[in-house]
Amino acid sequence: MKILVCMKQVPQKDAPLKLNETATWIREDVSYEVNEPDAYALEEALRQKEKHGGEVVVITSGPARAQQVLREALAKGADRAIHLEDNAFVGLDAFNTARAFAAAIKDEQFDLIFTGLQSDDYGYAQVGVILAELLGWPHATIIMQIEKTDAGIKVKRELEAGFFQFVDMPLPAVLTIQSGINKLRYATLIGIKNAKNKPLRKVALADVQSAIGNNLQMIEKLYIPQKTKNTEFIEGPPAEVAKKLVEKLRNELRVL
Amino acid sequence: MPDTILVIAEQREGKLNRASLETIAAGQAIAAATGWALEAAVVGASVGSFANELAAKKLAKVYSVESAKLEPYTPDAFAAGLKQFIEAKQPKLVLMPHTYQVRDFVPKLATAMGSTVISDCIGFKHEGGKLLFTRQMFQGKLAADVSFTGNSPWFATFQNGAFRGDKAEDGASAAPVETVKVEIADGVVRNRPQEVFKEAKQAVDLTQAEIIVSVGRGIKEQKNIEIAKQLADALGGELAASRPICDSGWLPMDRQIGSSGQTVAPKLYLALGISGAIQHIVGMKGARGIVAINKDSEAPIFEIADFAVVGNLFDIVPPLIEEVKKAKAGN
Repeated sequence: MKILVCMKQVPQKDAPLKLNETATWIREDVSYEVNEPDAYALEEALRQKEKHGGEVVVITSGPARAQQVLREALAKGADRAIHLEDNAFVGLDAFNTARAFAAAIKDEQFDLIFTGLQSDDYGYAQVGVILAELLGWPHATIIMQIEKTDAGIKVKRELEAGFFQFVDMPLPAVLTIQSGINKLRYATLIGIKNAKNKPLRKVALADVQSAIGNNLQMIEKLYIPQKTKNTEFIEGPPAEVAKKLVEKLRNELRVL
Repeated sequence: MPDTILVIAEQREGKLNRASLETIAAGQAIAAATGWALEAAVVGASVGSFANELAAKKLAKVYSVESAKLEPYTPDAFAAGLKQFIEAKQPKLVLMPHTYQVRDFVPKLATAMGSTVISDCIGFKHEGGKLLFTRQMFQGKLAADVSFTGNSPWFATFQNGAFRGDKAEDGASAAPVETVKVEIADGVVRNRPQEVFKEAKQAVDLTQAEIIVSVGRGIKEQKNIEIAKQLADALGGELAASRPICDSGWLPMDRQIGSSGQTVAPKLYLALGISGAIQHIVGMKGARGIVAINKDSEAPIFEIADFAVVGNLFDIVPPLIEEVKKAKAGN
């Protein structure tokens, strides 16, 4: 099976975020990491390849820093990578990001495309489903299990409130992968060494410009959310904090 | 003719979702702000009874959009059926609850119509004639006001709990109901879904717990779960966790709080090293008292906490266990 994994670089979970001058995005001088659900998507692709053979290709869009995500994926076992490299990709909406990906892979023939179920920055949860529509492929979202069948694949979808559903579907298809579908592996030293020699194809904005259009939605203003609750911060050395907390638990929350 | 807002309600297992009424309430609020008309639709094989139920709400019209191919749910059939219906009715704005089912088909539907979805919104603003949708970004650390820049139909989905379903107003008289049959050609539906099922019965019912001590990534290692367990025991409460902890196998899945786990409303929810991603917050924001301990002063959990400690949980929890034991012994 030939599998493409769409990956994204996002700010680290506990990175302090600052707004840019126009308050439309964050300042870029933060630490980045791979979007967590995408790491599970990559792991699942590697496991499918180990079972059925084939190839795992990883793709991302973003400035030079985003290449780190691809390097890590290559070190974990992906065979090659595609980097849509330009700062402008950061500001594309989900529709345009999917259109740019579709243009970048137009000469490839994948059996499956995986994405994480959503990104930790925008959190739109849309690129995978839009990509399926653009390619004319079927899709399924929030996937917790994938089995190859004679006619295609059988996937387990997570529904709400502890419900699940198996879905049979033909290939090629797009799947959005839920965190926790598998156990992540670490890159090995030999893997990191080998990654340096694996192919990484760069795609410039100009190469896909004709496929994308104006964004259909725009962030007018980004801001720190207004607090809805009157939070009391408890300060001091740990022993004192513990005493004060117990007093709150007893006298205000009345649970002791 | 005024512009129209169309709410697509969701039904499952013979009931309208609670989130559907919340979306009706959102639609009523936007209609009041913009002066646009509000209509609603239910989608399925035979959904007239749901349409009749919705017709009690203050709506200009209710549609039941029907085809045998809409049952069971598939993204292919829903996108095809709704595209046909929306092209015929031409609403300006289409609203849906941000359920797992809607997430599954609405980006496909919008793309097929050359449009876009502002997903998982928590509110709206109508400023200077412009409609803005508020949504959380960066796992709730920041919020954004987002506008549509393309042609209608515009699509937006609302997070569970963003509006109150019991605030959805009833109409003076029942809204007219119309059945619209949509044609979905053979071959359009490619997925073959099987029966919906639940995994082995949940062993722990956290919804009944009065005190919950919950751990997140900040606990760092599986062996550290023990101190959270000791705190829960001292308080006489249950131990729970955010999704990443259960994904890592450090605690069983039936102790997970959040959109994919259990929704709880205890007297005390004590969050240890939980940042407070949206998916977690929706599962516990109803708690009567929330205490959060986290080393990141910007963690979104502090937005909803009653009492907050910015600090290392490994410094604070051990003396806290001792103080709780002392307090209990004194009773």
